[in-house]
Amino acid sequence: MITAERKPMEELIGYLEPHQRILLVGCNECVTVCAAGGRKEVGLLSSALQMAFMKTGKVLEIKELTLERQCDPEYVEELVSQIDGVDAVLSMACGCGVQEIARRFKNKPVFPAVNTSFMGASERQGVWVERCQGCGDCVLGITGGVCPIARCSKRLLNGPCGGSTDGKCEINPEIDCAWHLIWERMKVLGMEKSYEQIMPAKDWRTNRDGGPRKIVREDLAL
Amino acid sequence: MKTNSKLEKILNTGSLAVTSECGPPRGAVPEKIQEKARMLKGYVDAINVTDNQTAVVRMSSMAACIFIRQMGLDPILQMVTRDRNRLAMQSDILGAYSHGIDTMLCLSGDHPQFGDHPMAANVYDIDSVQFVQMVKKMRDKGKFQGGDDIENPPKMFIGAAANPFADPFELRVLRLAKKVAAGVDFIQTQCVYNLDKFERWMAQVRERGLDKKVYILAGITPMKSAGMAKYMKKRVPGMDVPDELVERISGVPKEKQAEEGLKIAVESIQRLKEVDGVSGFHIMAIEWEEKVPEIVERAGLLPRPEV
Amino acid sequence: MANTFEPVIVAFCCHYCAYTAADMAGSRRLSYPPNVHIIRVPCSGKVDAIHIMKAFERGADGVYVAGCLEGDCHFKNGNVRAGRRVEYVKKLLDEIGVGGERLEMITMSAGMGEHFARTASDFTEKIRKEGPNPVKLFTGAASRSAAA
Repeated sequence: MITAERKPMEELIGYLEPHQRILLVGCNECVTVCAAGGRKEVGLLSSALQMAFMKTGKVLEIKELTLERQCDPEYVEELVSQIDGVDAVLSMACGCGVQEIARRFKNKPVFPAVNTSFMGASERQGVWVERCQGCGDCVLGITGGVCPIARCSKRLLNGPCGGSTDGKCEINPEIDCAWHLIWERMKVLGMEKSYEQIMPAKDWRTNRDGGPRKIVREDLAL
Repeated sequence: MKTNSKLEKILNTGSLAVTSECGPPRGAVPEKIQEKARMLKGYVDAINVTDNQTAVVRMSSMAACIFIRQMGLDPILQMVTRDRNRLAMQSDILGAYSHGIDTMLCLSGDHPQFGDHPMAANVYDIDSVQFVQMVKKMRDKGKFQGGDDIENPPKMFIGAAANPFADPFELRVLRLAKKVAAGVDFIQTQCVYNLDKFERWMAQVRERGLDKKVYILAGITPMKSAGMAKYMKKRVPGMDVPDELVERISGVPKEKQAEEGLKIAVESIQRLKEVDGVSGFHIMAIEWEEKVPEIVERAGLLPRPEV
Repeated sequence: MANTFEPVIVAFCCHYCAYTAADMAGSRRLSYPPNVHIIRVPCSGKVDAIHIMKAFERGADGVYVAGCLEGDCHFKNGNVRAGRRVEYVKKLLDEIGVGGERLEMITMSAGMGEHFARTASDFTEKIRKEGPNPVKLFTGAASRSAAA
């Protein structure tokens, strides 16, 4: 999922200071899974914001709503009936959702309530780790299912570097050395020979380096 | 001979080569690099210049190498993949070669998290293995990494690093094999304290015939004190400092520890001279460059060959 | 009418331990301040962050969550979860300027009637010193109760 974390309250209060009525929109997908912006978090943030402003004598009117997701225009359209009654929107979705709302409702300021972070998976309840960088040219088939681009701090394709210690990355002992993991998997899968193949320099065009990306399915895009 | 590199010439003759290292200054102070190089003149065959080592900003390796070249000495340009993409690297290689620099070391580089600019974006466009491949292609095929022809291609003698002491041990020889397959000419290892482990690594290196394909220079760093020994043992990733060594240097009074450290360095060189496949030594005396001449002399590595 | 501020305290008490302790305090005539309004929950782990926030939003000056002693939770680790949640909400309360010190996690066993009464008193006094919940400052909510 895409992971995110709520922005500091100070920042959010700063955004909302000039406004009287806002729409606080959650998202039922990724940010729900990482407990950053789902229905529950919408309720909590609403209560927190209201209390923050009540202390200063201001009553902030908050309409709470959680969409199935905010990255599809059809769902964002559901906000149409609410949008005229508010001065601004605070979206708890990832950056994709925030932008979709901003695109649809051009004359309302839209603020992000969370800092969108990485594409990852749950390590265990309450802990999410980065797994994928969206490089656009997946090598997981030849690295035993562990991604060196997302999980090696130096994104080496012919690792490990000389700092790998006890299976951990030199920059932080809590980070597993991705190449240690890859090698262990390769041993289990009997793929040691393929370790010796040099992975050539990567073509980063399929990554963000080639410019913002787009996928078009001709069979679906009428 | 692939290049005009003095280091290549010496290694080619079968003599043990000796290299050392200089860290450029943290400011526009060329005198500092010149002074360090002067200390080493006549004692080493070539001088590595580090590239923003430990991810701390210093004068660029290339600029410092140019100063050393102008003194008539032989610099080894260290370049890391952390700070430059392939365009900048190839561009710098052309520039360096145009200034008479013909030997380089291709490294990934310490992560910015260790340095003084942890907030910087990392580049890491290519890794050290791909870097070696790229420089070899420039030299032997006369082509840029992207495929276009190079006018007067740089004839670089290509080096890389190896760490026999990092984990996992079994991969350390495979990784060297990869660098050899990529086209590396010489290797400088991480500093050796665990001589037994190093010899085990060398045995595996010989088993794969890699000693016939690449020159290996063993890294030597003299300990200045028991404190340094303990620090390196505990705090430096990829370093293997045996307990006996820490005990040995801790066992002498403080004012004698530096001398003990030098003794240990000299003894290590003398033992490693006997190891098949070791073609020389890379003496890294960090912030203790003035001791390098003494180490070279006591280890019986003088006079340096003229080529 | 005295000018001393009478704090409104909400105590979420788990059925198996804290609530039973409260009961015991009652039956042994151990008094504790009437400021403390008890809300019985099946387990302290049932208390969600939003319950605590709403209590403060509606004018509670102090809130505590009372659960079983470490290792004794009838539902295994509901009390541990409650403790973590309380820490989380304390930080949030600090961030919005209400004050994390107005919220506590307390543990006790069913037989600790005296302990219940004492902590209820101590907490009430602590909150009395803190003063009214700043959320009430402008909205004249002194008369608002924090009843669930």
